[in-house]
Amino acid sequence: MAQTSTVRYLDLIKNGIFKENTIFKLALSLCPSIAVTNNLRNGVLMGAAVLFVQVMVNITISLMRKIIHPRIRLPIFMLVISGWVTVTDLTMAAFAREAYKQMGLYIQLIVAFASILARAEMFASKNKVTPSMFDGIGMGLGFLFALTVISFFRELLGKGSLWSFPIIHAKPLLIMILPAGGFFAVGILMAFFNWMSMRHESKGH
Amino acid sequence: MSIDSTKLFELVIAASLINNFVFTRFLGLCIFFGVSKKMETAVGMSITFTAVMMISAALSWLIFNYVMVPLEITFLKIIVFIGIVAGFVQASDTIMRKVSPGLYYKLGIYLALISTNCIILAVPLINAGEHYSFIESLAFAFGSGIGFALALVIMASIREKLELADVPAPFKGLPIAFVVTGLIALAFTGFSGLIKL
Repeated sequence: MAQTSTVRYLDLIKNGIFKENTIFKLALSLCPSIAVTNNLRNGVLMGAAVLFVQVMVNITISLMRKIIHPRIRLPIFMLVISGWVTVTDLTMAAFAREAYKQMGLYIQLIVAFASILARAEMFASKNKVTPSMFDGIGMGLGFLFALTVISFFRELLGKGSLWSFPIIHAKPLLIMILPAGGFFAVGILMAFFNWMSMRHESKGH
Repeated sequence: MSIDSTKLFELVIAASLINNFVFTRFLGLCIFFGVSKKMETAVGMSITFTAVMMISAALSWLIFNYVMVPLEITFLKIIVFIGIVAGFVQASDTIMRKVSPGLYYKLGIYLALISTNCIILAVPLINAGEHYSFIESLAFAFGSGIGFALALVIMASIREKLELADVPAPFKGLPIAFVVTGLIALAFTGFSGLIKL
């Protein structure tokens, strides 16, 4: 019994990272994926913030699922989400000042993430606390993973550095840290993921 | 209170072209990619969007400056603003359905989408952060709306053509849309430095 439930939790996490990856597969919550990914540190911090909010929201909603009246569930979800986002926002403002100056607005806008609301509605409001938590971890990790990959390439190519340590001592491709580069990076990575899953499917047949 | 019309004009230009929400601030991308497939929907969305944005910016400004600042609860701004936007969108949805079913039939579907849009929420947040006056907030909201409309219309007209193009299979759909947006964003970089605020 314990064995099967561990497997299930692992599946939930895998599902969030690969099959339903928020950015590359579902193409939701795209705004921060471009806005804050011009260096690795910001990308990782943003991903971590989203991971935290997603997990806490899932847990809270799941705990409250029996007392939320279905007709007013969406406003309640929004309230819970914005509560947790406020917590994250204030914490970041207190402890990560430098990063907060650059991405404060985007932290606040986690509220409007379709993916968080969607998980609350589709999963947390129907499942027990532990699966909901793992679902949150999976989705959050998927998001973190996507942001890390995007910001890794953008910082490496655009500035020749990683986490502000210089790596490549050549003239960097300035375009990658410009807004336009973000769109290119996401577009190309998305195409890459599509290509991977196409190959995967054709092998299966 | 004197209104500096040059400043207002600059705000509108800055919000619509230089700091265009889609191309330099990367907000509202979900809707941007969602509704830019057809020109008709793009235009409908732009109109609804600008109207909702200006009204919600005005409402949030009033509540922020006359309720939240005196009570010193400005740290609750995220919760309050999302409440205002969602409440307003829901209300206008209901009112439009009753008062003007024709208009509702045309634009109603966009209203539902708007309540989860980040630009609509970002505008009041930026207004509060920058301490804009009431008129300035309205000008900023208007400029942002125009900027978003511009982005949508450009993108829709390109994507209608793109449908017919022969794109490599993995790039079909969203990825190529992203690359195209990148190219437009590159063009919009040219606007930066047009006005120093």
